[in-house]
Amino acid sequence: MSTTNSPRDAGGTTLPASAPATAPAVTVPDVAPAGSGSAGRPGAPAGNGQRGPAGNGRRRAPAALRALASVWRLWFFAALIVAWWLASASSSSPYFPPLSEILHRLVDLWITGDSKKDLVPSLEHFAIGYAMAGAIGVVGGALLWYFRHVRDAITPLLYFVYVIPSAAILPAIIAVLGIGNGMKIAIIVLASVWPTLLNTVDGMRGVDPLQLDTARVLHMSPLRTVRSVVLPAALPQIMAGLRNSLQISIIMMVVSELVASTSGIGFFILDAQQRFAITDMWTGIIVLAVVGSLLTLVFVAVERLVLGWYIGARAVEGKR
Amino acid sequence: MTTSRGGVATDREPTARGSGPVLSVESLRKVYNAGRADEREAIADVSFEVEAGEFVCIVGPSGAGKTTLLRCLSGLLPLTSGTALFEGAAMQRVPEQVGVVFQDYSRSLFPWLSISRNIAVPLKVRKVDRQARERRVREVLTAVGLGDVGKRYPWQLSGGMQQRVAIARALAYQPDLLFMDEPFASVDAQTRFDLEDLILRVRDEYGVTIVLVTHDIDEAVYLADRVIVLSPAPSQVKEIVAVDLAKPRSQAVTRSDERFTALRQHLLELVTAS
Ligand SMILES: Nc1ncnc2c1ncn2[C@@H]1O[C@H](COP(=O)(O)OP(=O)(O)OP(=O)(O)O)[C@@H](O)[C@H]1O
Ligand SMILES: [Mg+2]
Repeated sequence: MSTTNSPRDAGGTTLPASAPATAPAVTVPDVAPAGSGSAGRPGAPAGNGQRGPAGNGRRRAPAALRALASVWRLWFFAALIVAWWLASASSSSPYFPPLSEILHRLVDLWITGDSKKDLVPSLEHFAIGYAMAGAIGVVGGALLWYFRHVRDAITPLLYFVYVIPSAAILPAIIAVLGIGNGMKIAIIVLASVWPTLLNTVDGMRGVDPLQLDTARVLHMSPLRTVRSVVLPAALPQIMAGLRNSLQISIIMMVVSELVASTSGIGFFILDAQQRFAITDMWTGIIVLAVVGSLLTLVFVAVERLVLGWYIGARAVEGKR
Repeated sequence: MTTSRGGVATDREPTARGSGPVLSVESLRKVYNAGRADEREAIADVSFEVEAGEFVCIVGPSGAGKTTLLRCLSGLLPLTSGTALFEGAAMQRVPEQVGVVFQDYSRSLFPWLSISRNIAVPLKVRKVDRQARERRVREVLTAVGLGDVGKRYPWQLSGGMQQRVAIARALAYQPDLLFMDEPFASVDAQTRFDLEDLILRVRDEYGVTIVLVTHDIDEAVYLADRVIVLSPAPSQVKEIVAVDLAKPRSQAVTRSDERFTALRQHLLELVTAS
């Protein structure tokens, strides 16, 4: 089951390391859980491991323990920042300017300054790319689930494509699409569609046959069965896939801007590094981390909304 | 028997009832995985008829093929040979006027829908308008002894309540014939008695014909007009026993009737003798 998840994760994290200034991209998924920890247990539904291959494998702890855990995580997060602040306060290394200086610069550049314009193209590419990846993943996954024979024929190919690190296809995409916005969106879609697609197929295949029998007994049409039974039943796993796709989309949004680009947050970071404007570079990394965390938070909120029933049912199950 | 209630299923022909059996089964045979190495004959030869308004229980040892039989009869599973006619016609799929209640209520209710929405599903499928739907949902919820649970979710209810909801959903579109597969097997004894009485009352109220599978011989005798005893798989009908106990039945009186005890004894011998 975990095959759906791990290769992509590995691909996602090893990928940026291949370019010099891409280390910040790795911090996005790392920082996200700490940031969203303030909202309680993020990803509780998707992350219960039992259902979805893309879960984080943790079991639900009692409420008190969970609250404690999230506070502890916040403390840890805060402690890290304090440590950074203290350790860097008297730093004279050009690579590790004092945090206070970075934050000043951050306000100058990103809040009062013009750098926030660099976020616009990035977020645009991300939004289009992620939306397309999600739509293609869910619809394509549903079609693959429905046409079983096509699925059997195609699945080996899918997994074959799936294990190619996205960075490896970047040159190919540039060769075909050039270096415009189309390329950036294409790379996001191509890299992030897989977790959603494979989780959708998997989730739909896992629908309880008794629920399908129930649909027949209630005379639901095939279309209604898919919409009102198969889709909701597979939704916990689909959401787990979408969450994975989200993180990959953010990574690829940055990666796509590190190659032959003149705008975007990824370009900003790379450009700052090449100008030896190390403080500016750090502000870009921090902004990226904040943006990534916010996107994850929004996702968790949406997930709670659409999977309320699942979270509730799991909680009841846990008590029984 | 009335033909239309609450604006549902108004096209039902009054003559459909009383003219011949609701269900007639002739030499039904079912082989799983036919022609393969793991071929398995679950049902060898089963024939019987069910008249309108009747309550028929099917008993048999574990693995006898009771679930298989019920799935064949309700149109969920194709027969290998023989015929099963519902109101005189062969079944390609589950007929409109047939309801099924599965043993595993917790899996057959949709956890993402509230109770009212669960019950409203078959009504929506039949394009009943919203007002009629709401009225109907309230009606069946009351009929199964559940009041104000419409807004809650299945997993917030006890097992007995969930099974009541499953029954309510099956009743919502007023089937002529209701199949139930060990519907009370996973609830406690007291709830079980309550649900048995509930289903008898519902049968009288709605005039629905019921075919119910059970492990429990006492339950079969208490509920049924006739009990069909199956042999171990590949199953055949061992005997069809008429239950001539007085109606309406009540747990205290009926179960202490000496004819109840005699019937129970007789069925026990039939089921255990292999
Ligand atoms: N899908 C299937 N494929 C192959 N064999 C099956 C299948 N379903 C049931 N069987 C076999 O058919 C026989 C009858 O099974 P069935 O579930 O109908 O029995 P049952 O009387 O309902 O049992 P129980 O009382 O335990 O519910 C069993 O031996 C079972 O192994
Ligand atoms: Mg069974």
